[in-house]
Amino acid sequence: MFAIYKRELRSYFSSAIGYAFVAILIAMSAAVFSVTTLLSYTNDISTYFTVMLFILMVTLPMLTMKLFAEERKLKTEQLLLTSPVSIGGMVFAKFLAAFTVFFVTNLLCSVSYLSLFAYSEPEGGIILGNIIAITLVGAAFIAIGMFVSSLTENQLAAAIGTFFFLLVMLAIGMLNSFIPWYPVRFVLDWFSLLSRYTNFTNGFFDFSALFYYISVCFVFLFVTCRVYERRRYGA
Amino acid sequence: MLKVENLVKKYGNATAVAGISFSIEKGEIVGFLGPNGAGKSTTMNIITGYLSSNVGNVYIDGDEILEKPESAKKKIGYLPEQPPLYMEMTVGEYLNFVYELRGCNLPRKEHLDEVCSVVKIKDVQNRVIRNLSKGYKQRVGIASALIGNPPLIILDEPTIGLDPKQIIEVRNLIRALGKNHTVILSTHILSEAQAVCDRMIIIDHGRIIADGKTEEINKFIVDNRRYKVTVSGPQNEVLSILKKLPGVLHCEPLAERDGDAASFAIESQSGVDIRKAMFYALAERNYPILGLEAIGASLEDVFISLIDKEGV
Repeated sequence: MFAIYKRELRSYFSSAIGYAFVAILIAMSAAVFSVTTLLSYTNDISTYFTVMLFILMVTLPMLTMKLFAEERKLKTEQLLLTSPVSIGGMVFAKFLAAFTVFFVTNLLCSVSYLSLFAYSEPEGGIILGNIIAITLVGAAFIAIGMFVSSLTENQLAAAIGTFFFLLVMLAIGMLNSFIPWYPVRFVLDWFSLLSRYTNFTNGFFDFSALFYYISVCFVFLFVTCRVYERRRYGA
Repeated sequence: MLKVENLVKKYGNATAVAGISFSIEKGEIVGFLGPNGAGKSTTMNIITGYLSSNVGNVYIDGDEILEKPESAKKKIGYLPEQPPLYMEMTVGEYLNFVYELRGCNLPRKEHLDEVCSVVKIKDVQNRVIRNLSKGYKQRVGIASALIGNPPLIILDEPTIGLDPKQIIEVRNLIRALGKNHTVILSTHILSEAQAVCDRMIIIDHGRIIADGKTEEINKFIVDNRRYKVTVSGPQNEVLSILKKLPGVLHCEPLAERDGDAASFAIESQSGVDIRKAMFYALAERNYPILGLEAIGASLEDVFISLIDKEGV
């Protein structure tokens, strides 16, 4: 399992995709941060985090698109699936690799907050809460992206598919409150990645949301494993 | 070593494997022979745990592939039809990756060195796999199947797409591997299986139509006598002489010409040697024979004789 993790990490940085992801995310976050806080003469970071959510929607599929689609196309998955490694282990190793790249980049982006302390007294707790929240949302996005990648051989289809999947999930969250029927609203609420996120940006550390994002990760990683199990039966 | 019981694999309505059973003892080199689409790769993919069968079991040294996948898979080294190589890695990186992936605990450097010298890829250790020739890629694939010294090695069409020199090298390599490993290889080339294997399992349309030692299978083949003969002389006349020879089943001209010489494919009844009669008949008319060679049986011939025998 550790071998797969190491190989994935290396493969991000033996092609342009890893560098592109890191560069784009850092550049975008710095730009957004300057506009929403420094240039707006405020130390309120809620706008920054909301915008970052959308930036992650576009950039994280870059990390997840190839994870399974490429292996399937080049048939290298035959090596992994005939090795003494479980499907769960393989999926989790790939998840960890993408998460590691995201996590480290996210930490680098977080350097921006230091500039706020230079001219004001922002709430450290809120900032920390938001960093944790965005990390968890990112993890959920990665799990979803992996699921979409496991469905196709085409990396571009995986990236675009993931983007729309996330977009639909966010849209459901926004439109959900207009549905008059409670049971439907209750079910659809599960897909709503956004509604829970706003609690964090408003400075409210929500443990139930924490568990929500972790469970989204597990559900999609589990479904990805199932995709592989089913494919083995040629269904 | 390997026991396969009643494998059935269906894709929708199409049946790829229709009830295959066999077992293989330690140290055998077994050829899995069949035309394209016979179910060779599917069977191999089921044995190695890449696919699951709808019905049936696979036991590797007593471990069922789906019940104890990890210990069963550790005992198999598999080279799929398309070697599963990561193109952006160097050969050394790739082999180290496979070493870790397989959870190998032999001394790393010595073991990888040994594998590399067996398949002769030491000189390309630091090259990126993408830039290697087809033959080298195939050898890197074979090397990855050898890592961890698995007792059972499964090679799917190991010589396909290689040049003749490389084919001979790979065949020699397989024979060498057979000394310490059990080897299964698939091929659709009869002469390859004859050259390398102790035993052949011939499959067609997802079922086994013959299973036996190579010598036993060969008996079906030598029965057929076919020659290619090149004769200097007018094609039509030579053809009619050849056709009149006693014991000739059929004779047809071939497309190739060499000056005034024409080539013919000639087939005799079993038990009749037409070569002498052919020589005297042509010598009498002053048409010299420039070349005479026996045509080896092809897989199709074996199929025809096997199917005739079964009366299907």
